[in-house]
Amino acid sequence: MEKVILVRYGEIALKGLNKSFFIDMLLKNIKASLKGLNGVKLEKIQGRFIIRVALEDFDRALDLLRKVFGIVSISEAKAFPNDFEQIKRVAVNMMECINEDTTFKVEARRANKGFSLTSMEINNEVGGHLLDNNQYLKVDVKKPEVKLYIEVREKTYMYSSILQGLGGLPVGCSGKGVLMLSGGIDSPVAGYLMAKRGVEIIAVHFHSFPYTSERARDKVIKLTEIMQDYTGPIKLYIVSFTDIQQELLLSCNERYTTLLMRRIMMKIAERIAIAEEAKALISGESLAQVASQTMESLIVTDNAVELPVYRPLIGMDKNEIIDISQKIDTFETSILPYEDCCTVFVPKHPETRPKLEKILIDEQKIDIEHLIQESINTAEIITM
Amino acid sequence: MIYLDNSATTRVDEDVINIMNLYHSINYGNPSSLHRMGLAAEKALDTARIQLASLLGVDNKTIYFLSGGTEGNNLAISSAISKNKRLGNKLITTKIEHPSVLEVFRHFSTCGYEVCYLDVDRSGFINTNQLEEVLSEETIVVSIMKVNNEIGCIQNLKRIGEIVKKKSPQCIIHSDCVQALGKVPLKPILDGIDILTFSGHKFHGPKGSGGIYVNKELNLKTHTFGGGQERGLRSGTENVPAIVGMGMAAEIISKDFEVVTDHIKKLKSYTMELMCQQIEDIEFNSKDDDNFAPHILSVSIKDIKSEILLHLLENKDIFISSGSACSSKKKSGSHVLKSMNLSQDSIEGSLRISFSKYNNASEVEYTIMVIKEAVGSLRKYIRR
Repeated sequence: MEKVILVRYGEIALKGLNKSFFIDMLLKNIKASLKGLNGVKLEKIQGRFIIRVALEDFDRALDLLRKVFGIVSISEAKAFPNDFEQIKRVAVNMMECINEDTTFKVEARRANKGFSLTSMEINNEVGGHLLDNNQYLKVDVKKPEVKLYIEVREKTYMYSSILQGLGGLPVGCSGKGVLMLSGGIDSPVAGYLMAKRGVEIIAVHFHSFPYTSERARDKVIKLTEIMQDYTGPIKLYIVSFTDIQQELLLSCNERYTTLLMRRIMMKIAERIAIAEEAKALISGESLAQVASQTMESLIVTDNAVELPVYRPLIGMDKNEIIDISQKIDTFETSILPYEDCCTVFVPKHPETRPKLEKILIDEQKIDIEHLIQESINTAEIITM
Repeated sequence: MIYLDNSATTRVDEDVINIMNLYHSINYGNPSSLHRMGLAAEKALDTARIQLASLLGVDNKTIYFLSGGTEGNNLAISSAISKNKRLGNKLITTKIEHPSVLEVFRHFSTCGYEVCYLDVDRSGFINTNQLEEVLSEETIVVSIMKVNNEIGCIQNLKRIGEIVKKKSPQCIIHSDCVQALGKVPLKPILDGIDILTFSGHKFHGPKGSGGIYVNKELNLKTHTFGGGQERGLRSGTENVPAIVGMGMAAEIISKDFEVVTDHIKKLKSYTMELMCQQIEDIEFNSKDDDNFAPHILSVSIKDIKSEILLHLLENKDIFISSGSACSSKKKSGSHVLKSMNLSQDSIEGSLRISFSKYNNASEVEYTIMVIKEAVGSLRKYIRR
């Protein structure tokens, strides 16, 4: 008898002809996630993965698997040959720890039709055997406190709990997207949510040294590292934005500087997306959270690029965003005091209802193409 | 590289490093061991104690070695309070102390003690009239720093001591002298200080070294229980290499105190002179006289956010400190400068340049040239 992890995937099993593509992608992601653990062995069976891992790394494996998109749930299971006497022994053994009155139910599933008992028969036989051997157990088929699951396949798998996974789609199966990663609370959450829908994340951070410090850059690298538990490896572009900001400040209407800045960031992100064969930009904007995120402002920023901009947080309140960032552990790092944008560049009275035509006229005051090219040429690329 | 942040920490002297190496790699015995190596380590501690004691002009039995300034301030203030707790519940300190003093008082203010935080004037000095007013027979501990770490003002502790002891003879006077040792003449007996804190890394010794002088008459009770090291006040195996290193650093100061203080005093005057000539709209928060320590110069530069300047300087390998972080989220800034009633703009534009014997005039000239250039270009974006 051995201890294994049973991995279930839901949505991806429904995708018809693409099924094997999704499953292979998930398997690859699981392998990458468990890299570094001892004794990892993956096995593909009907509708499930069976994972074996060295005992000392077992709990760590459970934690890591719960961060892999595409996994619906996992169970820690006992695996052994299909022998009914052994099934009964293991069942008693698994319930041994129950020593006060508890209701239970056996839920058997006979996938292996060669096994002599039907699912119903297994339920009845094992249930009866448990009642005979543990005085605290009482049957309740409607709302049991404990369920004992028995799956009879080419082997028998027995377990009593199901841990929820994150669901979603395996990262990479949808394509690539370029995430604008500021270092605040929102953008890592946006990246997380799109990765959940199978998007491989490429991140771009705009750095404006000396207006922001080395620590701001370091913070973004840390955030990227945390996100990678969920998204898999992220390629991070760090683009120097100082010259562009200074140019905007000197040449353009102060009320528009933030919007012009956002437009240029979008354009740079789009160039990177094209080079990386990504199909969308991803941003952490939430409607009307700040001046540059009003409906009017979003018209202005969207107009800067041709690729679609995914804004998974658009309808979320700050508190909902914070909840997710705490869940994925980026919050503590996001709130470190190193700013992603210095106060010098924040207009005193930013435009909240901008007119696109006026912005476009203002934008022509600077040599955008040159500035964009320059910052892309000098971008630093970090592959983690 | 030009290091002008010597109030933060200092470069460790070559002789200090050499002797520390010896106690790391050859004479690494535990002073508590009964064998010869233990004895050698114990002797080394004795020597260090003599070196510190002779620098302060006190008996070597009054010196206790600790891990640094923060532990020193914590231990000194809490032990003094617990010693005098039957005599009253009033405590006095100033608004411009280091956090390792302020936070200790804040803690005791939640435990039934009444704490008075003395105001300071525009130059950072307390008003002895206010001290006299708030003093009472129930005042049990007064803690006032000798040299302030941000602007360098030197409080008149002798006068303060006289006032305190006249009103409350049993009151214990503590002084955080972390920035004073090696920079200004410091004799606790002349100044009427009962307990004094020092820290090795501020005077070219190693980090993790420090201690307190305690007046012989006082019998402080410990908060750390264990093997009874440091005459029972601070259990725990002594950090022999660091203590030996700090002792050596103290001896070096004793030898060349006047030459060194004269050198840094001249550097400070020269810096002020050059800044006045070359940079418009600046205001010194430190003065060039005997009431200020020779190694600290605080200056506010109009229309500049000093953190940006700091980053521009680090880009040229010049390291200084700012009185404020560039934060758009909250009004941050030095509590010392706030207590001196500086405007928010002056605080945000404040720079601290602090010197050591390793600096020279050409470094100052180069630094001022870089600051001048940086201020010119930054003002272009702010004074639009």
